[in-house]
Amino acid sequence: MPDDPGTELLRAEHLTRHFKIGGMTSRQTLHAVDDVNFSIGQREIVALAGESGSGKSTTARLLARIYKPTAGEIFYEGKPLTRLRSRRDRLRYSGQVPMVFQDPFSSMNPVFKVSHGVLRSLKLHRPELSARQRLDEAARVFEVVGLDAEMLQRFPYELSGGQRQRVGFAQALVTRPKLILADEPVSMLDVSIRIGLLNLMSKLRDEEGVSILYITHDIASARYVADRLIVMYAGQIAESGPIEEVLASPKHPYTQLLLSAVPDPRAPLGVAAEADQGEPPKVIDPAPGCRFRWRCPLAIDTCERVTPVLTELVPGHAAACHVAQTGAEVKAFS
Amino acid sequence: MATTTVTVQAGHSTAGQAGRRVWRAVRRNRKAATGGVLLLLFCLIALFPGVIAKDSPTAEIYPKNLGPSAAHLFGTTGLGQDMFAQAVWGTRQVLIIAIGAGLLATAIAAVVGVTAAYLGGTWDGVLNLLTDVLLVIPLFPLLIVISAYVQNSGTGVLIAVLAFTGWSYTARQLRSQALSLRNRDFLEAARVRGERPLYIIAVEILPTMISLLLAAFLTNALYAILFASSLQFVGLGDPNATSWGTMLYWAENNEALQAGYYLQAIIPGACIALLGTAFALLNYAFDEVGNPALRPVRKIRSKRVQSASS
Amino acid sequence: MSSPPVPEPVLEVSGLSVEYVLDRGSVRAVDDVSFTVGRGEFLGIVGESGCGKSTLLFAVAQLLAPPARVDGGSVRFKGTSLVGLTDKQLAATRWRDLSVVMQSAMNALNPVMSIGAQFKDVMQAHGVKRGDEIVARSAEVLRMVGIDPAHLRSYPHQLSGGMRQRAMIAMAMLFTPELVIMDEPTSALDVVAQRSLMVQIKELQEAYGFAVIFVTHDMSLISHFSDRLMVMYAGQVSELGATKTIFDKPRHPYTQGLLEAFPSIHGPRVPLKGIPGNPPNLALIPNGCRFHPRCPQVMDRCREEAPGLIDVHGTLARCLLYDAGAARNSAAQPTGGRTDA
Repeated sequence: MPDDPGTELLRAEHLTRHFKIGGMTSRQTLHAVDDVNFSIGQREIVALAGESGSGKSTTARLLARIYKPTAGEIFYEGKPLTRLRSRRDRLRYSGQVPMVFQDPFSSMNPVFKVSHGVLRSLKLHRPELSARQRLDEAARVFEVVGLDAEMLQRFPYELSGGQRQRVGFAQALVTRPKLILADEPVSMLDVSIRIGLLNLMSKLRDEEGVSILYITHDIASARYVADRLIVMYAGQIAESGPIEEVLASPKHPYTQLLLSAVPDPRAPLGVAAEADQGEPPKVIDPAPGCRFRWRCPLAIDTCERVTPVLTELVPGHAAACHVAQTGAEVKAFS
Repeated sequence: MATTTVTVQAGHSTAGQAGRRVWRAVRRNRKAATGGVLLLLFCLIALFPGVIAKDSPTAEIYPKNLGPSAAHLFGTTGLGQDMFAQAVWGTRQVLIIAIGAGLLATAIAAVVGVTAAYLGGTWDGVLNLLTDVLLVIPLFPLLIVISAYVQNSGTGVLIAVLAFTGWSYTARQLRSQALSLRNRDFLEAARVRGERPLYIIAVEILPTMISLLLAAFLTNALYAILFASSLQFVGLGDPNATSWGTMLYWAENNEALQAGYYLQAIIPGACIALLGTAFALLNYAFDEVGNPALRPVRKIRSKRVQSASS
Repeated sequence: MSSPPVPEPVLEVSGLSVEYVLDRGSVRAVDDVSFTVGRGEFLGIVGESGCGKSTLLFAVAQLLAPPARVDGGSVRFKGTSLVGLTDKQLAATRWRDLSVVMQSAMNALNPVMSIGAQFKDVMQAHGVKRGDEIVARSAEVLRMVGIDPAHLRSYPHQLSGGMRQRAMIAMAMLFTPELVIMDEPTSALDVVAQRSLMVQIKELQEAYGFAVIFVTHDMSLISHFSDRLMVMYAGQVSELGATKTIFDKPRHPYTQGLLEAFPSIHGPRVPLKGIPGNPPNLALIPNGCRFHPRCPQVMDRCREEAPGLIDVHGTLARCLLYDAGAARNSAAQPTGGRTDA
């Protein structure tokens, strides 16, 4: 379990990222990610779920060091990322924590062969290999992700969306990573192709020992592959815990709303929340208080004044909700 | 995501593929094909002037101010030079200036434009300021001032001056396209895997912009011809060089128009216009390559579908 | 089928084919598609990318532009054939009787005009002249979709994604048409907004009695709302029937594969397989059944014979498994043909 520091790979503490918006004279800040705390252990798939604007993609980019945190810290293998000064340290981190992108049609440079990204990664991160060894290694990871080695010679436009996403995973695998940040890797693929990629992710965890942070807005696919689930809303974590437990007994009203809205042909779609026409708020210069309160049928007085803190309610299962934390049963949306 | 997978090829491809597509676009687009043929003609003339014009362009041995005849296809100048030979031999210098200044200006524009787009922030602001200042300053007076100051009227200097003053227009275009590419995942992927910024600009960005770079080259070459000839016309070039602009200079000097010898002005003017047109026409092909929506679609005769057929 | 008998169908599509005329020859994006839509009926058209569903939609709405063109078949709206009519002739039907909701509101709404101005545009184009009538109707349709009429003054970018889509639907309702065609209106929305939009559409349909054709790739979403379902594959109809029947007992192996590709949040966690291979390139259609290279129940016949639509207890399925001739062919044993992608 991730709480055991022995197997903890990455930990985010009070991670915050704000963006200045508006023109040059405006002083508004968008709170994309606010005080987010979580950890990822070895050999586990953690799903980070939320609607667009929830801050999940920004969180991934913070972990990938594309953005610098406005506040808070990220610890990798116990050491803070701010201490990565030299190019060698940073290169080592980007090799161990690579990212897989969402859009299969723009994640590869169309001008080069499909092998380009893989070979470049090898050149940068494993310089001890010779050119021949690089090619061999590229062929090997292609087989691991289920592609023919001869595809290395093709161009991106010759591959289907599903094949391109597999190349994306190959590019990440080739640096022998410990944690792969997968930003909605299947959202743009056809439904019948998604399962293949999701199965690949499970295989990578089981056979290659890689952890994956799986960012998605699709709870059903999260359930299919992930061990733990983190639900984000309006830049904060609403609930987190082992996935089966969170799905079986969600403690945060937003999680309940989300679960009730997931269409599943094998079950009737909940209509109780038809009155909910709300949208996640744009978090600009927010006041304290729970950000879900406008849509929450259980909101109490405290929810307006005090921002709830993510607190463990049951071992391993935490929620940021005042009502849940009082111990009362939360049944907001059926 | 594309809702029809009818087209097998996506938008971009390798340099070789881009080359082939450019070739096809040029061939299919009539305007561009015309421009291509014209340019080819001029290149041949520049490469083998002696084969086409037997007379020396500089020898002042002929009777002055003759009209066109079998011996002198374009007539002679006020100094007794054969104008046909001048026009033919002059092509070489003009093309050298066009291609040289075109390449150099495009290179500068690419460096400035793409770097500004890639780095963003304050660097973008600074480079943009520089670009805008140059854009706003009227180029021709600037060129006159610089040329007069530099005084050396050699071709190399001319090319340098033209390139360093004229890159700003295409820099804007290249920056725009680089900006649209900037958030493409493959660039972010390159960043995340640890590539250096210079590598990303040179290897990841520029090759995907080949079509636009070629179009920028054509624009800059056109600009170079026009301004080079104009400079030579006002006497800032080497008056003894064989070039269309200097032909105009001497025509002006000898008051050819006032005396009624129109051909002496028309011939070099027409040459400049024709070569400029060649470059401009070729540019049409790149509009298409860059934006497939502009490709000419063959009109389909819609079948009259009988309402009875079901 | 459980739906009550309908008098005259609102839309009748018969043998419709659409081809794209390209340099290297034509490609058939839609091949011999036939279906009807009854009054007040909700028909879902489902398929993956490249199956031709969007092209089909455009063809029905007469919005095809070169190089696409109708190559055969007919589209009859309330008895009148639409194919071949000029824009002027279509104007009478457009929007008054048949309206379209596009995939992305941001693409369909004019970003520099307020919502109210765009509604006014539409109404004036269709002959409504009086200003007070226009304003009243605009406010009314916005209220129908649950948007405060004050937003008539708003610009599209000021509305959230869900609100924009609802504004699009309001615009389609301006003349309470008999048929509304929707092209993936929910694909850009989050799951909660998606659900509330679908509920809204269903409520409107029940209140005003119009028919809906809803094109989507999300089968699980449509399952809760459509009366009948049409599954498309490689430009053809592969299965067509009542939604409930198709979900309870899918006939075509492709439909079966699709239904099994949806992980569920209910019930036990089971490993899924998806459908191996990729949808075919329409320029290189396989011989025989178009699905046979990926079909787990492929027979020898399937490689040569292209199946027609066969009635299987009320559902139409394009599959030789249900062809009576199969009983004759004793060598027809399923030979699994799985390819990996």
